[in-house]
Formats: sequence, C-alpha cells, structure tokens
Amino acid sequence: MVARTLFQKIWESHLVARRIDGREIIYMDRNIVHELHGPKAFEKLRKAGRRVRRPDLTFAVQDHTISSRPGRDDTTNPEGTPFLQAQRAGAAEFGFRIFDVGDPDQGISHVIGPELGMVLPGATHCVPDSHAATVGALGALSFGCGTTELEHVLATQVLAMKRPKTMRINLEGRLQPHVTAKDVALHIIGTIGVSGANGHVVEYAGAVVRAMGIEARMTLCNLTVEMGGRSGFVAADETTLSWLQGRPFAPTGDDWARAEAYWRTMHSDQGAEFDRDITIDCTALEPQITWGITPGQVIGIRESVPVSLGEDASDQHALTKALTYMDLRAGEPLQGLKVDRVFIGSCTNGRIPDLQEAAAIVRGRKVAEGVVAMISPGSTIVRREAEALGLDAVFRDAGFYWAESACSMCAGGNGDRGRPGERVISTTNRNFEGRQGPGVRTHLVSAGMAAAAAIAGSIVDVRQFPEA
Amino acid sequence: MQAFTKTTGSAVPMLEDDINTDEISPIQLARKLQPDYRKMLFMRSRWDDKGDPVPAHVLNLPQFQNPAILVTGANFGCGSSREAAVWALLANGISCVVAPSLADQFRENCLQNGVLPVTLETDRFASFAQRVVDADGAPFTADLENQTLSGPGGEPVPFAIPAAERLVLLEGLDDIGLTSKHLSDIEAWEARTAATMPWYQCARDRRL
Repeated sequence: MVARTLFQKIWESHLVARRIDGREIIYMDRNIVHELHGPKAFEKLRKAGRRVRRPDLTFAVQDHTISSRPGRDDTTNPEGTPFLQAQRAGAAEFGFRIFDVGDPDQGISHVIGPELGMVLPGATHCVPDSHAATVGALGALSFGCGTTELEHVLATQVLAMKRPKTMRINLEGRLQPHVTAKDVALHIIGTIGVSGANGHVVEYAGAVVRAMGIEARMTLCNLTVEMGGRSGFVAADETTLSWLQGRPFAPTGDDWARAEAYWRTMHSDQGAEFDRDITIDCTALEPQITWGITPGQVIGIRESVPVSLGEDASDQHALTKALTYMDLRAGEPLQGLKVDRVFIGSCTNGRIPDLQEAAAIVRGRKVAEGVVAMISPGSTIVRREAEALGLDAVFRDAGFYWAESACSMCAGGNGDRGRPGERVISTTNRNFEGRQGPGVRTHLVSAGMAAAAAIAGSIVDVRQFPEA
Repeated sequence: MQAFTKTTGSAVPMLEDDINTDEISPIQLARKLQPDYRKMLFMRSRWDDKGDPVPAHVLNLPQFQNPAILVTGANFGCGSSREAAVWALLANGISCVVAPSLADQFRENCLQNGVLPVTLETDRFASFAQRVVDADGAPFTADLENQTLSGPGGEPVPFAIPAAERLVLLEGLDDIGLTSKHLSDIEAWEARTAATMPWYQCARDRRL
C-alpha cells in the first residue's frame, strides 16, 4: 500500500468525478451558511430556478450581523436587520434548519458546528467564511468559499476544486505556562508569512498538538487562512473521540462503533509525503502579540517592534505604513502602551477554555479605569456553560461587559466597533486597517493576554499576572 | 457567467503586497443587502469621511478613469473570502488582475465571475509593473485567446493559465451547469456512502 496523507484519504473518499474542465468534484458532508453571504446566494438560486439539493445536510446561522446586546432582536443592530430576515426567509423557503436569533444553540458557525457534533472526523465541510478551517480540529477537511461557490454547494452538495498541495507543520517541544495555541499560530504566521501556506492544506502534527485540547486545536486551525492556507486540520485521536461522543449530532450505538473504527484509520500514514514539511520547536515560545496591520507582523511580548522588514523599498514601505497606522515607532517595545479597549471572543478564542483562561487572570481584579472591556462568547451554549461555571460573575465583577454570542468586534459587522484612534487588544484573527472600525488599532493576542491588558490598562506580559 | 476574451483600458498600478479583501471591499458597505459595488472598491482609502474623492488615490487620478486591469503586489486578495471584492472590481470596469501571486480564495472568486487572474513570475512581473507605471494610464490589453498582456513600452508579455480555466473563462461556462452533468455520479456517491458510512449522510439532531 502506498503511504497516504490524511488529506489524500479525505479527498479521495469524497471524490465524486472529474469535470470536463479538469476540476475535481468533492462531496461536502455539511454546509453551514451565515447571514452575511446566505441571502445573496438564495437570490441567485431563485433567479436560476434552483433548489437546495440536500437541505438535510445544510444549516443556517445568524452570527455576523446579529447584535451582541443582551435582549437583542432583529432590530437591535439596524444594519443587520435585512440580513437576519433574508436569512430566515431563505431557510424557510429552501427548507433547512436555522439556528436563529433567540435559539438556545445560536452561535458562530465554526463554534456551533463542532459543539453540536455536526462536524465529524474524516468529513468535508463548507462555510462561506474564510475561518471554516476552525473545525479541522476534529480531523475534518473544511473549506471557506465565496458566494457563487456557496450557491454551487447549495444546488449540488459538491464543490468543484483543484487539488491543493499538502503541507505538514510539526509543532515539537512543550508549551510554557500561559503560552497557548493562539501564540503558536501567530508565531507560525510570523515565521512563514501571511502567504506562506498559499495553495496548501496544512496538517498540524507533533507533540504540542497532541497535548492540546480540541478547543485549542480549533484556535490553531482557525488561523490557517491567515498564513494563506486553503484549510488546516489535526488528525483525530483519543482526545477527539472522547470530546465528540455524546454530542447532539454525533452518531450513536452501532454507527458510532463503526465510525470510530474508521476514524482510527484517518491519519497520515508513516512515510506519507507532503509537498512541504516544516518543524517548529515551541519550547522557548513566549506570548505573542501583533504590532502591525497583518497577522504576520507579530513579536514575542518581550521583543520590540522591528526596525526593518527586509532589504528592499517595498519592505520599508510596508514597515512605515504599519507603524504609521498603529502609531508606533521602530524599535519601540509594546509593553506599557496604553490600551483603550479589550475584546475577548470570536471563532478564534470564544470557547470555554478561552474564557477560563481569561477568568483565571481577571478573578478578584478590576478592569483598569478608562478601559472598555467586553466578552462575547462564541456561542449561546458557551455563554450558558460559562454562566453555570460562574465565569460571567468573575468578568462582571471585574467590570467587563458580558455580551451575547456573535462575531461581534472581529469583523465589526454587528455594530460592535472601536472608535477611531483607539488601541484595541483583541483575541480575534485579523488586525487589518479598519477591521474593527475606521482608524482602530488592533493588537491580536491570546485570551489570557487580553485579560491581563484589561486589568493593567496597558499591554503587559500575562505571565506577570499570576492567577489569583 | 460573463465570458472573458480580452479587455482594454488603463492598467492601474497598486503595487503593495498583501492587499486584503477588507481594503478592497470594506464590510462597512457590504453591510447593505444591495450595496453600491462601484463605490465599495477601496472605499476607505478612495473617499474621505464626507464621501468626496481623495485626490491622491490612484483610482481617482484623471488618467485612470477608464481602468481595465489592476496591477498589484503579492498575495492580493488575502483575508476574508468575500466575493464582493471581485464584484467591486467588476463594477469599476476592472476584469483582469495581474500580480506576482493571488490569495487562493480570491483567485477562485475571480474565476467564478469572469475576471482573468494573471500571475507573473517575479522578474517578469517587475518589468511589466514598471511599464505600467511608466505608461501612466495609457491603455493596455489583456488578451486571453493569445495569453498576452500588451501595451506601451515593450513587446507583449505572455502569461500562463491552466487550459481548463482558460476554457471556462473564454466560454463563460456556467459552473453549476458543468457540475450538474455529473448528477448521477453524485447520486451514486451518496448511495454508496449511505450504505457504508451512514454517519456522513445523516445530520440528525438526536435531541429532537
């Protein structure tokens, strides 16, 4: 038998046919549609007189434009109202389930897909959102798609794709305390660059990944697109199977037993070859923070802003552009910079372990004067669980705003935004110019780092805040 | 889909690397169900707070008022998968993007909308970009049949594109139509999987 990668196993098991134009037709086991792109695709389907082929494998969420305010409804964020309503109308018309405003399972697609057990190891998955790879944490192959591709999946349940290249990132060593999957991912992006994985699907492997819980693996996989990757995943292991069993959509009984036996074969074979194979030792890694306007402009918390990005004029231009936007000077340390706003949440860091990590720093302390600090859980289930654990009280007592589940300040599409010129410490995935509002300066960090910044009122090393 | 054979007009130089879809098509305007895609393109840098054109922005310069080709840096279109980035280009008359590299999803979205994505290797790109800068708005032609970029300042520059993608663009082939020819293959796949691995073909909420 030829040694195969996990990617090859999933791809080949979902390969339906080859089209006349050379593209391969890949079956999509699950398709989750959010309301920012859904309505446009529904409109195209209607215009072409097409139906949704497999409504039973299709789900709708409301996450991008839904307000995060407690007691929210369709009109709380007026800009979102037409999207929420068009999404609901589309789900009704085409006949698939919607996790709507007010639904106890509402949440960000990449958070609820796994937590409900919709996403299974060895499966394919599609979302019209670039962070679809989040669910690769369960050993699934997930693709973000555009609106026309979404229409294609809705109409046919398949995508027509070119076969991507494969890349393995071996994460070896052991993470120090307060160093998280977020720091690992940011460090990888800083190392290989924001286009370092272009054209590839990435398999994360190695001791560091094996030691991670499923939520941490989600954070890691989530950021794959920020290095240009088409998708990212971690092969299922005991951690995956015990996490998945018993979730609402997971198979049961005899099906579970058969599935489990199959999933145990769904890993890259010994000796399987990757187009690119790199190894990163994570032992000396310290908490990471972005200083610039791409996720790849990142340093360890004790480092200083670079004085040069490279030799040529375009590198110099990129440095100047980033420093000007971020109001920083070359060679300056980030520690000590005053912070205006802190956001914890999003599909990157909005799960229970993220909130626990933040709560451990916040417990018994107060948010610094003048800092607006907000937490938006990644799903309504996460929010309920956090409340059952008393985490909301920890955050509220410290002066955090405890919001409802939404994409919220990640894309700023729901009205949650910073003010021009504000410095925002954020657990999200993008620090692009204007991403969190015009003129807002975003620094990406882990949940613990964000919590520490909220307490200190400035950028600090989370390791200086021993848990209370 | 709109077929693409050739386009002629200004080639607009915007030579920064890593221009992301938030810059190309900010979510601020995408927040409308029927947004003004023409206005959306590079909205935040192209218009000021009052909605007046920023004079220095390349797309506001008088010589680039008939743009057809965008010539840009590496990894263009990174970030969000939003297809509005491509629609915004099209609404401004731009149906060809030339770069040293393009983000994967952006490139896919181009192919879905009849926009020609051209990538040139570093040296060839650098000399072409210089020609575009020197031409300062004088027209270039992107010709898919002959696979060339031509314009002032030198010989036509050949470019490569996979034959299948060339065909799809030239014919404006409907993507769903192409796939639908394989409906029986899809059905066979489903039947096979339902029999051997039913958990993939069933997404049932066991609480209900």
